[in-house]
Amino acid sequence: MSILIGLDTRIIIQGITGRIGAFHCQQMLDYGSRVVAGVTPGRSGDQVHGVPVFNTVAEAVEASGASVSLLAVPPPFAADAIMEAAECGIRLAVSITDGIPAQDMIKVKRYMRRYREDQCMRLLGPNGAGVISPGKALVGIMPGTIFTAGNVGLVARSGTLGYEAAAQIQAAGKGISSSVGIGSDLITGSTLLDILKLFNADDDTHAVTLIGEIGGSQEAEAAQYIQEHMQKPVVAYVAGIVAPKRRAMGHAGAIISAYGESASEKIALFREVGATIVPGPAQIGETVAQVLDTLAHQT
Amino acid sequence: MDIHEYQAKEILNEFGIKTPRGGLAYSPEQAAYRAREIGGEEWIVKAQVHTGGRHNADGIIRCRSESEVHDAAENLFGKRIITAQSGPNGKVVYRVYVEGSVAISKELYLGFALDRKMERVVVVASEAGGIEIEDIAINQPDSIIRTLVEPAVGMQAFQARQIAFKLGIPAPLVNEAVETILGCYKAFEQLDATMVEINPLVVATDTGIYALDAKMTFDDNALFRRPEIAELRDKSQEHPMESMAADRGLDYVGLEGDIACVVNGGGLAMATLDCIEIAGGSAASFLDIGGGASPEKVAKAIRLVTQDERVNAVLVNVFAGVNRCDWIAQGIIQALEKTPLDVPLVIRLAGTRLDEGRKLLAKSGLPIVRANSLDEAAQRVVVAASAQLKRRNQAKILVAEPD
Repeated sequence: MSILIGLDTRIIIQGITGRIGAFHCQQMLDYGSRVVAGVTPGRSGDQVHGVPVFNTVAEAVEASGASVSLLAVPPPFAADAIMEAAECGIRLAVSITDGIPAQDMIKVKRYMRRYREDQCMRLLGPNGAGVISPGKALVGIMPGTIFTAGNVGLVARSGTLGYEAAAQIQAAGKGISSSVGIGSDLITGSTLLDILKLFNADDDTHAVTLIGEIGGSQEAEAAQYIQEHMQKPVVAYVAGIVAPKRRAMGHAGAIISAYGESASEKIALFREVGATIVPGPAQIGETVAQVLDTLAHQT
Repeated sequence: MDIHEYQAKEILNEFGIKTPRGGLAYSPEQAAYRAREIGGEEWIVKAQVHTGGRHNADGIIRCRSESEVHDAAENLFGKRIITAQSGPNGKVVYRVYVEGSVAISKELYLGFALDRKMERVVVVASEAGGIEIEDIAINQPDSIIRTLVEPAVGMQAFQARQIAFKLGIPAPLVNEAVETILGCYKAFEQLDATMVEINPLVVATDTGIYALDAKMTFDDNALFRRPEIAELRDKSQEHPMESMAADRGLDYVGLEGDIACVVNGGGLAMATLDCIEIAGGSAASFLDIGGGASPEKVAKAIRLVTQDERVNAVLVNVFAGVNRCDWIAQGIIQALEKTPLDVPLVIRLAGTRLDEGRKLLAKSGLPIVRANSLDEAAQRVVVAASAQLKRRNQAKILVAEPD
């Protein structure tokens, strides 16, 4: 097992004929992901790396039976493309687009609330690295070579810091069940908490590594869940210990987001709920290895 | 993106919000002329700078004659306004706004922002206007009224009415207050703002509801569809390095130390800074090259951070996913072949096309310190920076003592 995607996952790429879409189509195919269709309006009948292109998501899903979509769609059209995926049978969408206007994301999230929970598409990103279940499938932009299959669930808000963590875990001789990049935009489809819940229920995940950062309340929500429900050890790192205090720009914003958002406050929260704290950004791998080895001793 | 008070007021006027009569001036003479145009017996001369807290930094001056207006403006032009929000360098005044005064009977706070947790626009109001919202939150938290806007239908009149009544607006002025609140919301929504703040919003004796101050911030990601807003950008209010970076599609953050970092992604940038700090150094800046950076963009990034005279060493730390290590290497080579660096350069590459990138760097024969991990990179750049600092100090001594 793994979370979100596995060996049989059938994937479409929205924006497949663009430079970025075509590049990641190739990378995902090389990794062994089953990319079965692509979508670019007006390009039906074309092929990209042997993958057939359709005009609409509905057509692509009908022809291919896909349930997962990678969206490589430029910012002005990205929100529309996410809503199209939600309406046309996609269950998991990964938006890698950087630069979607915040109000567009508010509309997307509001639109997705029209579905019953069991029929609602899960969204990763925008501006996120996606998801990889090593050895099985990749739906995202992370370099596949830095992931070894194993039992650590990895979730990070930042894409590249997630890579750093994965590479360190690999160097420490450990492997990963699935790795998820949340995305660091103001409004994201999924949160650290959403992914923690999935790892908690996944038999192949024995421990979770959580990579947070300054700003927002995702870490606080995750910490509360760890305290109340988490049955597996959690290793936590929060980036931005020495980050300069952001110039207080949004005053009205400051009132809703002023407290508990620094790295040190978040670290204190995770420590309180029993997570293992990574002492510095270069010690993620060794800390994870220690926790896994202790776990192996106990059983 | 921030804009000036006078620009925000012009925008809000179009959405039906009243502001005191005022005019912009680029010189003391023009300021005095504006006062005459406006009329009355009292004027406020306000420094137009992209920072809040101008009151405490003497950026707002009350005047009782045209000659006082002239002198106040003369005093403000070229002045550096340093506030808690402006950063240590402050913001220089190149424009002043002259405004007629209003007889105030009540000062309120009205703000609009994005609530990232609720994923909605939130309206924040308080009867305790005229002081910073952070201070209201500490001193009079019970006075704060928060209202969330349902995105499918936008803000409704009843919501604005509730706010107006809770703020204690006199009954004859409630309709005007509702128009004001809804107008601000419309401006926020239709122009892709991330913040609108009216502080104070005042109830003027007999004459109505006025925005005495106005601050607006816009979503950089939405400027592509708001060209009229993008035009309001004032580079004189930006850090020169930030401006240059933004013009090149890069994201620059200036810090206090002496190591310049070129990194991809905000999270990795923060981790890199943390690591440098742990290794005993401190960063002068970080520059985020983002994803899919071309060799040209990387070369620009290197040239940009090395313009900073405080820099004693440069660290390039790129974990390539959408990026490509071979392109990063090409960019570094381009930059160094054009102008050799006079400070040490430490490079740590990882991820997509790593081998190709390493080969390019090795073949170039350029003087580069290579590192294989984040840890090693941080340690090497800290050592390199302190060695460079020593060399600089020795060079200074040599210059100081020619014989």
